[in-house]
Amino acid sequence: MKFTYDSQFKILTLIITEEIDHYTADKIRNRTDFEIQKYMPKELIIDFANVSFMDSAGIGMIIGRYKTMNMFGGKTYMKNVSRGVRKIFEMTGILKIIPIIEGGTKNEKCI
Amino acid sequence: MKNVYDNQMKLEFISKPENEAFARIAVASFAAQLDPTIEEISDIKTAVSEAVTNSIIHGYDNEEGVVKIEAILIGKTIEITIIDNGKGIENIDKAREPLYTSKPELERSGMGFTIMESFMEDLKIESRLGEGTKVIMRKTIK
Repeated sequence: MKFTYDSQFKILTLIITEEIDHYTADKIRNRTDFEIQKYMPKELIIDFANVSFMDSAGIGMIIGRYKTMNMFGGKTYMKNVSRGVRKIFEMTGILKIIPIIEGGTKNEKCI
Repeated sequence: MKNVYDNQMKLEFISKPENEAFARIAVASFAAQLDPTIEEISDIKTAVSEAVTNSIIHGYDNEEGVVKIEAILIGKTIEITIIDNGKGIENIDKAREPLYTSKPELERSGMGFTIMESFMEDLKIESRLGEGTKVIMRKTIK
């Protein structure tokens, strides 16, 4: 996983580069919570462009990060979600609370 | 005597989370003989990942145990059986309910059995308290 931080707009981007299962979700969870607490971003964008596999452990991990962001009053978005990953999301109501965006968020588009 | 199946494999590994990827990739490679689509392979990998994770987290409560996988091919159908000798499931009907999890503190989504059920065509769960759990699922490749 990789992180980028846009300090002007306070956007933290988590780029997931591994398959997401119970084993990797634990690692992503710990590292992301650390980064959120470090930067206190207004937005967290989770980028799935490099995710070739995800099981239900991904759902729990993402809802957990959404809750962390919510505690600080921040928003969470997802992007570059493949068909396979989307299929898992669509089985739950997760897309209603964490939308998939194309391109940037509103803040990013201001640039 | 002739076997009723066309091919068979058995796999055994200790219940480490690191083995979740190994298990789903091994089963997917075996299933590849049926010439499935990418989506069908992805469905099989996801269902296996869910079942193996259940054995590790719930069956063995993250303690060391052995997870066994048996798979057979019959025509265009794959039947996958995932077995653990863990603590067993108290209430199978409850466990199968979407969004139900006995471990919300671990950020589990409660979607494991629902995913197995919808990604495979047939799902059977046999469990005995203190003895373990057996999950049998089938998928026919189109």
